[in-house]
Amino acid sequence: MSLLQVKEVTHSYGSRSIFNWKDRSKKVLSDISLSIEEGTCLGLLGRSGAGKSTLGKVILGLERPQNGQILFQGHDIYTADNHTRKKIRRDLQVVFQDSYSSVNPRMTAERIIAEPLENYEKLTVAEQKRTIIELLERVGLSEEDLKKYPHEYSGGQLQRINIARAISLKPKLIVLDECVSSLDMVTQTLILELLRELKEDFGLSYFFITHDIKSAYTISDTLGVLEKGELVELYGSKNQFFTSEHPVVKEMRGSILSEHPRYRSVRTREKHPKSV
Amino acid sequence: MLGTEHPNVLQVSDLHVHVKSNNGVNTLVQDINFTLKRGKILGLVGESGCGKTVTSMSILQLLDRKTKTIEGSIVVKGRELNGLDDIEMRKIRGKDIAFIMQNPMNAFTPVFTIGHQFIETIQSHTQWNKKQATEIAIEAMHHVNLPDPVKLLKYYPFQLSGGMLQRVMIAIAACLHPAVIIADEPTTALDVNNQKIVLRHLDKIRSEYGSAILLISHDLGVISEMADEVAVMQNGRIVEKADVFQLFDEPQHEYTKKLLNARSILHSDEPIIHFA
Repeated sequence: MSLLQVKEVTHSYGSRSIFNWKDRSKKVLSDISLSIEEGTCLGLLGRSGAGKSTLGKVILGLERPQNGQILFQGHDIYTADNHTRKKIRRDLQVVFQDSYSSVNPRMTAERIIAEPLENYEKLTVAEQKRTIIELLERVGLSEEDLKKYPHEYSGGQLQRINIARAISLKPKLIVLDECVSSLDMVTQTLILELLRELKEDFGLSYFFITHDIKSAYTISDTLGVLEKGELVELYGSKNQFFTSEHPVVKEMRGSILSEHPRYRSVRTREKHPKSV
Repeated sequence: MLGTEHPNVLQVSDLHVHVKSNNGVNTLVQDINFTLKRGKILGLVGESGCGKTVTSMSILQLLDRKTKTIEGSIVVKGRELNGLDDIEMRKIRGKDIAFIMQNPMNAFTPVFTIGHQFIETIQSHTQWNKKQATEIAIEAMHHVNLPDPVKLLKYYPFQLSGGMLQRVMIAIAACLHPAVIIADEPTTALDVNNQKIVLRHLDKIRSEYGSAILLISHDLGVISEMADEVAVMQNGRIVEKADVFQLFDEPQHEYTKKLLNARSILHSDEPIIHFA
C-alpha cells in the first residue's frame, strides 16, 4: 500500500451564490490521481498558478477538495475520526517557501521547535531541551542558536529551523512547498543535501513542490508535471522528463537557463569571443 | 540626453559603506570599483548577505544616511551622485537609473491601481498630461508582451501574477529609457517559464535603448545567459571580475570556484540539461 494516495481530486475556488446562476468558480485541480511510496520523493513541477500549492494544501488537510479522496496509510484524512486525524497530523508535516512568515517572530528557536513536541510528546523539561538541541545539531545549527529570535537568522538558517520543527515528531511525509526557492544557490545546495540525508536517516517521504527543474531533479525519485490544474505527466523515473515529447514539458525544458555562456539563448544577437 | 558623450554611463570607484550601530562601526561593502558601459550588462554574483543589494542601494542613495555612511564616488552620465540631496536624487531615480526589485509583489503599493502608479512615475519625470502618459504606459506594456494593457492598468497589483507584475515593473523601468537599469534579482521570485521571458524583455530594452544593466543575481544560470562581464562578491568585496566566458572557463579565485561547484553539485549527473 502506498503511503499516500490522491484519488481523483477536483477542486475549485471562487464565488458561487444563489443569485449567480452562472458558475464563476475557477477550477484549480481537476481529476488528480497520484501516489507516494514510503521512503521516496515525488517532485511536482509546474509554473505559478498551476495549482501546485493547492494540491499541497489538499494533501495536508488544510483545504477540503470538492471531489476525490486523500488516503494517508489507507485512511481518508477528511473523513477520519478525530483520533485518527490527530495521528495523521503528526505524520504529515510541511515546510513552506517563506521561512520568516512560517515562524512566530516573538518566539525563540527553542520555542518554535518545542511547539509540536509539547503537543504530541510528553517530555520532561530536560528531555525536551535535549531533543531540541539534538534536532538543531541534526540540521546543522548549534546549541547557541536556542535563544535566538527569527530575525537574527539568515533565510537559510531559518529554513533549517523550519526543517527541524518538521522532523521533530519523526513524521512519515513532509510536504516541501518551494522550500528552497527563495534561497541563494549555495544555500540551496546545502539544504537539498540536508533533506537528502534526512530522507535516508529517517526513511522520510517527500512531496516536493517546486518550479525549479534543477532542484526537483536533484531530490526527486519520481516526477509529476502539473499544468492548469491537470496532471499532464507522471514519471516513474525522473529521467523520463528529459525525453518526454509533451508540449508543456518541452516548453519547461526550453526554459532551463544555460550552465555556461556558450549555450546561452537569451542573448544571441551579438557575437561573442570564442572561448578556449 | 548626455548618454552618447560618456561611454561609461556608470562609474563606481572606491565605494565603502559603513554602518553605525551600538557595537561600533561595521563595514558593509568596501573597495567596490566597476564601470558600466552603454548597452552592456555587468553581472554581480554572490551569496545572500555579501553586499550585492547594499551596493545597488548606495548607487541609488537609498540607504538611511543617519546610520550608514557612503564613501567613494558614484558617477552616472558624468554626474556625481554620492552626497546629492533627496530632491535632486528623486529626479534621477526612475529616469536616469531605473530599479527593478526582486519581489514585484512588494514593489507596488497595494492600495492604488497599476495604472495610477505607472502614470505617476511617468508624470513625475515628464511634462506629459495624463492622457499622454496613459498612452505611453500602454505602449510600454505592449512592448513587454503584456496582454490587454488597457484593462491591466485598472487592476490592483494583487490581481496579477508575479511574472506579470515583474513585466509591468520592467515596462515602468523602461518607459523613460534610462541610462542605467539596476536589476536586483529580477527573476528570483518568478517561476522558470517566466524567468526566460523576463530576461528576454530586459535584454530587448537593453538592445533597443542602449541602457546599461547592473544585473544582480545569485543564480549563475541568469548570469551566464545575460552578462558580458561578471563581478563576484564575497563579504562586501569584489573578489574577482572577469569576462563572462573567462569566468566560467577559468575561474581564478577560490570563492568563484566554490560558487561554480555549488552549481554543478545541484545537477551533476545529467548531461542533457546543457543543451536544453
